[in-house]
This record gives sequence, C-alpha cells and structure tokens, in this order.
Amino acid sequence: MNRFTLIWRNLWRKPIRTVFTMLAVLVVFFLFTVLEGLRIALSLSDVGIEAQERLLTSHKVSLIMMLPAAYQSRIARLPGVAAVSHGTWFGGRYQDNPEFAQYPVVAEEYLALNPEIKLSSAQRQAWLANRGGAIVGRPVASQYGWEVGDRVPLRSSIWTRNNGSNVWEFDIEGIFDDTDAGMNAGVVLFHYDYFDEARAFGKGTVGWYVSKGDGSMPIENLMASIDAEFENSPAETKTNTEAAFAQEYAQQFGNIGLIVTLILSAVVFMILLVTGHTMAQSVRERIHEMGVLKTLGFTSGSIFRLTVLEGLLLILPVGILAMALGRAALAFVSGAMGAMFPAGLHVGTQSVVLGLALMLAVSLGSVLPPVIRALKLDIVALLRTA
Amino acid sequence: MATQLIQLTGVSKNYRKGRETVRVLDGISLGIDKGDFVGLMGPSGSGKTTLLNLLGGLDKPTEGLVEVDGRVISALSPGALAKWRSSNIGFIFQFYNLLPVLTAARNVALPLLLTSLPASRRKQHVNTALQLVGLTERASHYPRELSGGQEQRVAIARAIVSDPPILLCDEPTGDLDRSTADEIMDLLQRLNRDYGKTIVMVTHDPRAASFAHRVLHLDKGELGAPPEETPGAPGGTSP
Repeated sequence: MNRFTLIWRNLWRKPIRTVFTMLAVLVVFFLFTVLEGLRIALSLSDVGIEAQERLLTSHKVSLIMMLPAAYQSRIARLPGVAAVSHGTWFGGRYQDNPEFAQYPVVAEEYLALNPEIKLSSAQRQAWLANRGGAIVGRPVASQYGWEVGDRVPLRSSIWTRNNGSNVWEFDIEGIFDDTDAGMNAGVVLFHYDYFDEARAFGKGTVGWYVSKGDGSMPIENLMASIDAEFENSPAETKTNTEAAFAQEYAQQFGNIGLIVTLILSAVVFMILLVTGHTMAQSVRERIHEMGVLKTLGFTSGSIFRLTVLEGLLLILPVGILAMALGRAALAFVSGAMGAMFPAGLHVGTQSVVLGLALMLAVSLGSVLPPVIRALKLDIVALLRTA
Repeated sequence: MATQLIQLTGVSKNYRKGRETVRVLDGISLGIDKGDFVGLMGPSGSGKTTLLNLLGGLDKPTEGLVEVDGRVISALSPGALAKWRSSNIGFIFQFYNLLPVLTAARNVALPLLLTSLPASRRKQHVNTALQLVGLTERASHYPRELSGGQEQRVAIARAIVSDPPILLCDEPTGDLDRSTADEIMDLLQRLNRDYGKTIVMVTHDPRAASFAHRVLHLDKGELGAPPEETPGAPGGTSP
C-alpha cells in the first residue's frame, strides 16, 4: 500500500463510471485530433517556405479565366523577376473518383521553379523525352495504385481533345515526392505543348503564371509591378504568393470545413462538460472521506495532491492514447485519399500541445473547484457531511 | 505517581449559528493522566464530541488552552497539528469511517503512509495491528464484506497501527449490538491495560462507560461533577 494505491483505488471507486468517463475522454480527444488534422489540411496552413516565396499570377476576375501565353515573356522581362513559368487547371478525374489536381506545365521551367519536387534523374529524363508522359505525386500514385510505366486515362471536365473526346491518356514516367508537402504533393504534371496542341479550344492560353523574384526588391513591390504591367489590358492580373493563393483556394472548402469544425467542436465541448461534471461529482462524493484523511493526519496539501493526481490519471493516459489513435486514423485516411489531401492529414506539435493543454484544463477544471471548496472546510465540518 | 498527559485549562468553545453565538463548552478545566481510561457522558448537544475534537486537535478552542504531553496543541498551525495528530492520536468513530475502496489491511495502513517507514515495515505493523484486533484472516476483505463489529475492529487497528499514546473514541459501540459492543469494549480495555493507551471515550451507553476508570458528565458545556465523584467501573468488569 502506497499513495499511488490510494489514488488508483479511488479512481476505480465506481468502475462503470470510470470506464464511461474514460470512453468519453477517448472520443473527445480522438475527435479533437481528427478535427485538427482536417482543419490544417483544409486551411493549407502549413504550406512550405518555397510556396511563401513563389508568386502566382492569375486572371484578376477569376482563376477559371485564362491568360494569354504571351504574358510569360512580359513577366520575365520585368525587373526583379528571376524565373517564370505557368500552369493550367486540367480538371480531370480517374475512373469514378473525385476530381483532383493535374497541371499541364513546361517541364524544365516548372521543375526549376519548384525545387521541392524530388524526382530521380532517370525518371526526369524519361518524362522530358516523352511528350505524352506525366509525373505523379506519391500520394496520388499510392491512392490509385499507379506505377511507372502505366498508361492512365484521365477524363477532363473542362478540356476536350481535337477529336472531341475528353479522355486524355498519359504514360506515367515518374513518381515524385514533395519535400514541402505543399500544393504540388498530390498533382499530376504533364507537358503543356502536348496539351495545347491536342486541346480543341483555348490554345495559346494558360491558367496562371508562377514566378520567383531575384531578391532585388521586396516581394510586395514585385507583385505590384507584375499587376501594373497588365493594368487596363483585356486580361488584368492578380498576383499573390503561392501560399496566400493556397489559402484562398482552400476557402472553397473552408465553409464546409468551418461547419464541420463548429459542429464537432460543439460535440467535443458538450462531452467535455459531461466528463468534467462526472469528475467533479466523484470528488464531491468523497468530501467526508477527506475529513477522515485529515483526521488521520493527512494535510490539506497532501489530499489536494492526491485528488489532482487522480484527475490527471483519469484524463491524461486516455487522452494521449486517443490522440495517438487520432493520428493513426489521419495517417490511414491520408494514405487512402492521397489525391484529396495531397499535403497529407496530420497534426503538428502545436496541436499536440493544444490537446495536452485541453486535457490539463478539463482535469484541473473539474477537480480543483470541489477539492478547494472541501479543503477550505474544517475537519469537523468535513466529517459532518454525509 | 501518575503523569498527567492531557491538561485543559479554561477551555470554551463558541459556534456561530446564523447571527447567534452558541457557547458549546464553557470554561472546562480537566486533567487526564497517562494510562487513564475516561468515559465522557452527557445528553445530546452537551458538548461531548466538541470536547473530544478539541483533545484530538480537530478543532481549536475559542478560549483556553489544550495541552498534551506539555505541548499547547491549541496554538499549533494546521500543518503542525496534522503531523502531531498522526503520531499522537488514534481516532475511533461510531460509524467506523473506513474508506470503502480499500481492503481492511489497506485501511489499517493509511496512517502509516504519513510515516517514513519502508513498505516491509508498514506491512509488519499492519499485520500486528490486525492480529491484535483478531482480524488477520479478514485482511483482504473490503468494509462492505465485514460486519459492524469487524469494521469497528479494523477502525481500532487503524487507530493503533502507528502506536499513538492516546485513543479518542466517539461512541465506539453506538452502532453495535450488545455482545459485539462488549467485544469492542474488551478490546479497548485490553489496549488500555496491556498497552498503556490513554483512552477518552464519548458514549451514551452506561454499560460501555462502566469499562472506563472514571466517567465525566458534561451538561450544557460544563463538567457536572468532579471526576473523583463519578467513578466508573475500574477494572472494567461488565455489569
């Protein structure tokens, strides 16, 4: 018998209540972790440093409106611009799966501007050599089971071919990793020349330009100078960092994400209240026993520590287990739906710390008020309680 | 010559009841010798339990001094008082006050958690205490699995496990039938006679009081008669 035995036995005073409380804690922190993962994925808040330095220029009115291909050379000539390339939304889907990102690009330019795309030199060469070739982000390849050498058909919701078909076939020449886990992580890249030649309309246009400054001027000035270049033209532009663009893009899911987050937060909050109430009730039931312990010579401080430790023991291990399960679930979903969540579903240190803080808050918030109230009473009053 | 262990000098205790101040004890002066067995009787509300609480350092007097073994305990801080209680006082309550989540042995071991004894010595002490109250075979039983008499024996084992010189008993037989009450009183008498424990026992039961060396009567917060004039049944033979 030691003090831990006392804490442990008190914890299991009413086993069914303890088990249900632990289950509630498990559900709360599992949901919390999954929610955090979704929130981060939908907000694209952890895009890498490359995306914060790269500029993205799109049509001022909307991303779906095209820009002339001739803008590339005009942007390239602007002072402060080191490199420029472009991409276009293809809007393809594989079989009956949801639409995901594919861009026709100028291969060498695009790879130079996106150093976070890691592709073996053999696969790079193979892609450059094959006009109908494509490279694929690993999450997409994993989800659809694609391998190098496969020929895959993509059905575009926008672009029809010269022959009237909207099915485009590509040879998978490489599978790349994105070290930034950013916007490129879950895309299919293929050759713009092949695309432009084969599409039935919109020839000579691109969806957006990607550029990078040479560091000679602040990034805000460079953005302003690009947009000024096309002011009062038929296709005015809007330039932003790729990271900011990603945030805007994410806002199309943002409302759904916000609604889901609000509903689940309410659920989490309610379960937390119920859990906290149960824990507080468990402490209140023992006020008389606190009087007995004080009679035996336990100080208020030692009873306080025993009760607080019991509260922590009830919440922390289960909460940590729940967060580990939540992370495992996110990893599983991330693997199974790589195209939908190209940057992956994960929670970072900040979320883990937030989760731990929440556990401490629930634990202490439910235990402290009744125990402090009880210990303020003198022993005689404590012993009088039923 | 007997050594005085407990000395109360002019002890009064007031309680606030709403706006009213109720005087529960009024200028009590009392000496209790080491090895004495004192019965404390009186009608309900006469202040018996309050006096017992003051002796055990559970409460502080409004006026006066409570001295135990030459130390004024009424002047100690709550922390010092708790420490003093753990090594000097064993409490025995009417309703046993065992923790329901602990077995008999663990209940008995509770006061030893406040000592620096190693686990093996603590276990030894617990076994000795349980042996003394005749409950070794019930060591692993929970309070709900014990009879009232057995629960009170466990409570007594808990009270003596850290070998305090004073036992304070508040109606120790109040919840027991006659034969079980006698067993408990025999046990307390043995602790007094064979182990030299000084016992102060609050009781309503004249039969239990007859086990005491002397009986004090408390009425309306005052001791009714000098202890010498209200002797109990020295030697403790059951009536």
